[in-house]
Amino acid sequence: MFTIREYAMPESLEEAYTILKSRKGNQILGGCAWLRLGKKRINIAVDLSKCGLDYIREDEERIEIGAMTSYRSVETSDILHGYFNGVIADSVSSIIGTQFRNTVTVGGSVYGRFGFSDFLTPLLALDTTVVLYKKGSVPLEDFMNMPYEKDIIEKVVIAKDGRKASYQMFRNSRADFPVLNLAVSKAADGSFRVTVGARGPKAVRAEKTAAYLTEQLASENGNMDDMIKEAGRLLVNEVKFTDNMRASAEYRKILSGVLLGKAVREVEAC
Amino acid sequence: MLIHIYINGQKTKIHCQPDAMLLDVLRDAGCKSVKCGCDTTNCGLCTVWLDGKPVLSCSVPAARVNERHVTTLEGVQDEAEKFGSYLVAEGAEQCGFCSPGLIMNVIAMKKELDHPTDDEIRHYLEGNLCRCTGYMGQMRAIRNYMEVEA
Repeated sequence: MFTIREYAMPESLEEAYTILKSRKGNQILGGCAWLRLGKKRINIAVDLSKCGLDYIREDEERIEIGAMTSYRSVETSDILHGYFNGVIADSVSSIIGTQFRNTVTVGGSVYGRFGFSDFLTPLLALDTTVVLYKKGSVPLEDFMNMPYEKDIIEKVVIAKDGRKASYQMFRNSRADFPVLNLAVSKAADGSFRVTVGARGPKAVRAEKTAAYLTEQLASENGNMDDMIKEAGRLLVNEVKFTDNMRASAEYRKILSGVLLGKAVREVEAC
Repeated sequence: MLIHIYINGQKTKIHCQPDAMLLDVLRDAGCKSVKCGCDTTNCGLCTVWLDGKPVLSCSVPAARVNERHVTTLEGVQDEAEKFGSYLVAEGAEQCGFCSPGLIMNVIAMKKELDHPTDDEIRHYLEGNLCRCTGYMGQMRAIRNYMEVEA
């Protein structure tokens, strides 16, 4: 059972950061969906609800999603439906239920870097930056491999670079955690990105597979079926899949080729 | 710690622990319609509205709700009775333990969606589990309710 000794609701990030750093056991609260399942002993819980971080906004070059924005806001956002074939909004729409998605926050999910995340896989396939209060802007790919430092996620920024994208996932039942998920994006210059999540560990980019797709699809000579088959073979050699209660590594490997094929065809059809 | 919550429109002073969850605070405040099912954010039994949006009260810290508005089944009695009559007409209720959460989410859906399709209804209500009915009777009742009361 978790415990909280003191609860703070700061009204600025500076105040929140000061409290966070003031003692070892102090911690930022996200959506709190998993809080009750753990055994954390939190000294001061820092709630960012009053820090003005609940927004989805855009300018000419980028989309910004505040850390306290709920998954439901992401799911129903006209802005997010309008870019990258709506993959960001769609990726969170199958997670448990409406009530759950009304509480889960973007910042909590990104900070957690959970292996089962639906949200991180498509974000990683785009040009995404995590903005931390003290450390500043960090590319999501680097953030994924950073240690869990005491900083505050302020927002997630996605570059509006005209990428076409597809998000594919497989679940044993609706609203369950994904057995595997995969995203593919293609930039205006024809370069691909491929990311794989829910593979056991957290989501990763598959650079060699993406390079192969970029090269092959630029030439327009090969047979699509053969090319996807070869890309799938590269993918299972490049990405590590593991066993857990939802699926075996072997099953995930087979599934990855199927999801990759669907995603590449969808992106090419855009 | 001391917090103030507008429960069904009434400002209520509550003394609670910093780690108290909204579910427990509401039940202690007399809102016994709010049920604890899974306690792990899966079943939807503890659904209430926070500032008009359905949330799982088992996963919302009570302190986060300070000075905000919470609505429970007790606060939407008339609408709940109306929808309840559709459940009864379709024989869609058995043990009834999940009903408060389901009713809160159905009424929230009615406010949010205009003429939802069956797929949209299922999607909105995916977070409400029922171990008795198999959902078919509930779907008939919800469809009728949404059509007639729209």
